[in-house]
Amino acid sequence: MLEVERLSKRFGGLAAVNGASMTVATGSITALIGPNGAGKTTLFALISGFLAADSGVIRLAGEEITGEAPHRLAAKGLVRTFQLVQPFAGLSVRENIAVGCHLHQRSRRAALAEAASVAARVGMAELLDRPAAALTAAGSKRLELARALAALPRLLLLDEVMAGLNPSEILAMIATIRAIRDGGVTVLLTEHVMQAVMSLAEKVYVLNDGRIIAAGTPAEVVADPKVVEAYLGHGAAERLAARQGMPGAAHA
Amino acid sequence: MRRAGETRALIAAGILLAGLPLLVSSERWLGFSFLALLYALLGQSWNVLGGFGGQYSFGHAAFFGTGGYATAVLQARWGLDPWSGAALGVIMGALAGAGIGAVSFRYGLRGSYFALVTLAFAEVFRVVANSVAFTGGGVGILIPLRTDATNFQFADRRAFYYVALAFLAIAVAAAEWLTRSRFGARLVALRENEAAAQALGIDVFRVKLGAITLSAALAALAGVLYAQYFLYLDPAIAYGPAMSIAALLSPIVGGLGTVLGPLWGAVALRALGEATTELSGDAPGLNLVLYGILLVVMLRFLPEGIAGLPRRLHQALSAERHHA
Repeated sequence: MLEVERLSKRFGGLAAVNGASMTVATGSITALIGPNGAGKTTLFALISGFLAADSGVIRLAGEEITGEAPHRLAAKGLVRTFQLVQPFAGLSVRENIAVGCHLHQRSRRAALAEAASVAARVGMAELLDRPAAALTAAGSKRLELARALAALPRLLLLDEVMAGLNPSEILAMIATIRAIRDGGVTVLLTEHVMQAVMSLAEKVYVLNDGRIIAAGTPAEVVADPKVVEAYLGHGAAERLAARQGMPGAAHA
Repeated sequence: MRRAGETRALIAAGILLAGLPLLVSSERWLGFSFLALLYALLGQSWNVLGGFGGQYSFGHAAFFGTGGYATAVLQARWGLDPWSGAALGVIMGALAGAGIGAVSFRYGLRGSYFALVTLAFAEVFRVVANSVAFTGGGVGILIPLRTDATNFQFADRRAFYYVALAFLAIAVAAAEWLTRSRFGARLVALRENEAAAQALGIDVFRVKLGAITLSAALAALAGVLYAQYFLYLDPAIAYGPAMSIAALLSPIVGGLGTVLGPLWGAVALRALGEATTELSGDAPGLNLVLYGILLVVMLRFLPEGIAGLPRRLHQALSAERHHA
C-alpha cells in the first residue's frame, strides 16, 4: 500500500529523517516506533504531505505521491491523525466528523447522518452533540480517529492515538484499531505504548536519529540489541546481557 | 432544536422588516432603516469571510468602493443603465476580491498579516481613485438625477427601502446557504483548524478564495446601493477605512458566523449612533466617545454578540434554577 524510499528531511543542520525506507503491506497494521526525537512525527508529516522531503520517493498503491499537498493525498485515501489533537473546537462531535464525510459526500444532511454511524464505530455515539472542546483526552483521541475514518481512507496514519489514555482506554482503543483494519483499512501507526504495538502490529520499524535501525515482527525488534541501545543508551544491551548472564558467571 | 429557533427568528425578522414601512412613514425613520439595511448588507458580506471563514479583513472598503465606483462611472461617464451597471459593479467587486484573495492566500497570509494586506489594498485603491481622472479624482463623482425606476431612482423612499431589503435578503440567503452546504462546512472547518481541515481533504486555498469572492461580491452590492442612494461617491467614502470598520463592526457586535448577527449588529449600532448623537447635544466628538464606550461594554459582556444573547440568557436562567 505504501512504499517509502530513502526519504530525507533536514532542518538546518539537523537531519530529522535521514534516508529512511519502509513498506506497509496492504491490509496490515504496521508500527513505527523509536525514542523521543527519533523523527517519527517528521516522517509522518512527510508521508502525509505536510512537509516536503529534501530527497526520496513516496508511493501510495504504486503511484508516486512525493510532494503532493495533504488535501490531495486525503482525496487519494491517505488520511492522518495528529499527535496533538486538532479538533474543530467550536463545533460539535457530529459536525467534526461530518467534515471528514464531506470528502466523498456533497449533501450536508447525508454527511451529518453518516457522521452518526462513524461515531458509533469508534464508540462515540452518545457524545454526538457534545462540543468538541468539552471532550476528555480519550474522547479527543477518538474524535481524531473518527474524523479520519469518516474520510474513508485506504491508508490510515495514526500518530500516537494512545498517548494520555489510561489502561482500560488503551485496551478499548486497541480493539477499535483492530476492527478498523478488519474493515479493510491499512494502518500505519506511531506509538510509545509498547503494549499496543506488541498486540497490534504485524511489522515494526524502529527509527532512531532519523534512520531506520531495525525492522521485523514486534518480538524480533524488541530482542534486537540495536533497538535496546537506541532506547536505553550506548552499551545498554551488553550490560543487560551481562546481568542476565551473571548468576551463571557466579557459579563458574 | 437550535436550528428551528434560528429559522423562526429568520422568518420573524423578514416579516417585521417587510412590514416596517407600513408602520413608520417619517422620512427620518425610513432613512434610518435604509442605512441599517445597507450596513447589515455590508456587515453580512464581511461575515461570510470573517465570521464563517475566520479571515479578518480590514479592507472591505476595497470591494464596497469598487462596486460603487464601477456602477457610478459606467453610468455617469459612459451612460450605461444603472441596473446593468449594478451587475457589472458586483462582478468587478468579486474580481477584486478574487485577485486580492489569490495573492494573499497563495502566500498563506493569515491573521493580522491578512488584515494588514487587505487594509493596504483598500488604501491603494483610495489613492488611485483620488488621482486618476475617470473617477473624478478627489472631487468625487456625481450620478445625474433622473427619477425613474428603470434608472435605479425612485420617487418613493419606501421603494429604496425594499430594494435594500431585497439585496440584504440575497446576502442572508448566502449566509444561510453556508450553514447548510458542504462549502460552508469546509469554510467553518478551516476557520476552526486549518491543519485538520487539510488532513481531511479540504483545499483551503480554494475554499478561502471562494469565500472572499462571494464576500467581495456582496460588499460590492452594498457599494452599488450606496452610490445609487446618495448619487455621489468620493475616494474617502468609497475606499476609506471608515467603511472597512463599519463592515466588520456589525457582525462582531451582532454575532460572528451567524445568519442574522450582522443585521442585529447593524440595527444596534445605527440606533447607538443616533442615540449618542441625541445625548451628546452640541459637543463635537462626544457622540463618538459615547459610542466607543458603549461598544467596549457590549463586547465585554456579550462576546458572542447579540445573536448569542438567547443562549447566554438560557444558561444564566438554568444556572439560577440549579442554585434554587
